[in-house]
Amino acid sequence: MSNLDRFIETFLNGAVLAKYTPAILSGVWVTVELSVLIVIAGTVLGVALACIRAYRIRPVSFVIVIYADIFRALPPLVLILLAYFGLPNIGLSLSSSAVLFVILGLTLGAFAEEIVWAGITATDKGQWEAARSTGLGFGQSLIHVVLPQAVRMVIPPLTNRAIAITKMTALGTVIGVPDILNQATTAQSFSGNASPLTLAAIAYVALFLPFVILSRWLESRFSWKKG
Amino acid sequence: MSKTITSPAVRRLCEAESPAASKAGRPPILEVTGLRKSFGRLEVLKNVSLSVEKSEMVFVLGRSGSGKSTMLRCCNRLEEPDSGAILLEGQAITGREVNLDKVRRRIGMVFQSFNLYPHLDARRNITLALRKALKQPRDEADARAAAALARVGLTEKAGSYPAQLSGGQQQRVAIARAIALEPAVMLFDEPTSALDPELVGDVLGVMRELKEDGMTMLVVSHEMGFAREAADRVVFMADGRIVEQGPPEAIFTDPQHESTRAFLSRYSSAP
Repeated sequence: MSNLDRFIETFLNGAVLAKYTPAILSGVWVTVELSVLIVIAGTVLGVALACIRAYRIRPVSFVIVIYADIFRALPPLVLILLAYFGLPNIGLSLSSSAVLFVILGLTLGAFAEEIVWAGITATDKGQWEAARSTGLGFGQSLIHVVLPQAVRMVIPPLTNRAIAITKMTALGTVIGVPDILNQATTAQSFSGNASPLTLAAIAYVALFLPFVILSRWLESRFSWKKG
Repeated sequence: MSKTITSPAVRRLCEAESPAASKAGRPPILEVTGLRKSFGRLEVLKNVSLSVEKSEMVFVLGRSGSGKSTMLRCCNRLEEPDSGAILLEGQAITGREVNLDKVRRRIGMVFQSFNLYPHLDARRNITLALRKALKQPRDEADARAAAALARVGLTEKAGSYPAQLSGGQQQRVAIARAIALEPAVMLFDEPTSALDPELVGDVLGVMRELKEDGMTMLVVSHEMGFAREAADRVVFMADGRIVEQGPPEAIFTDPQHESTRAFLSRYSSAP
């Protein structure tokens, strides 16, 4: 058997691929579902917290900063394991998917808050002044004038971070979330062949490449020339 | 009144206020008394008092750092004065109980750097406050925006974004944004300082038309020629105080205070 044949036999075995494709596809669905939920929840949480922080109420901002720093410092895997195996001991048992959603949502929320906050502080002070001088309130100025500019400014780092966090759905494998990677490793141990993992890699690329391209498009769509 | 005003200035002050006295009982549109403001240890405004009558165009001159912009920004409380009173049409607008957003709708402000909203086109730059602050329905706000843009001669630019406009056009849209709220008084903070020289004329032309329409205006600017020709009164500030004020001809031809003289000799090598 030539090296090439051995390579194909190991990584692109047609029979194995055919057999386990349905399982991997079911994993794709789980990964997509979780990713969408995590991105929506994390972004909304981050934007909301950044807006609350804009009011500069000291104790509130302090709590937000502590949350953001802790969730940005801890590896999500630690939190996932801690939540999944620890919480039942205090009478709170969540499904593995729920744990993954909550932890990754909170992690993305922490990063998104910092990113959007950076955008809010980077928005020209004159924009606030112009809005307030026309009689718009603080909240109205924030929502209609500052936030749209801040979000546009941070679309590239925000999409990058969202992609990075959603890829972490693969961590769900360790607590039994039936996502792409979990299906693939299961199939790999049943078949004794690495082809399902290849398929998983292909599935991840097929899934996330459009997001990467979308982020490029958003970057150009939401940028405007400085006057 | 400030004790630091020299006697010729007091004379001028009385002259300048004489039209107000003739309209007895009617308060000035804008009246500032005893305004003080410090940034840390730096005292920027040292007891400034000034009043602007209806339809009057008052120019504030002075070197940079003389406190003129801070004074202007105190008038709509973008800068919070440490003490002193600000009255808009006789009503105090300092104090905690004042609804600042409501007051600011009556005071238009034009900034040196235009400060148009870059994510909104010209029309929506104007309608935002009409819709959200005045709660006008869309068609009414659109009609007002169209009228305001027509007044600054930019009807055809309603759909343009700030980045697609020249500096002069941006500043005219900013003026339209302010006048659409139909303010009682307009504050101009160096409205032409960020413009290329050839675009200055357009903006000054719009300001002249506003004056002809009877708008009350308080202008901080270095446009000496325009001040001399169009202003009703010129106020000269130095070191946080108003040191001299009066009709432009008097100030420009016969300045009394030494800092006014020094300033004018530096600026007006041209007539």
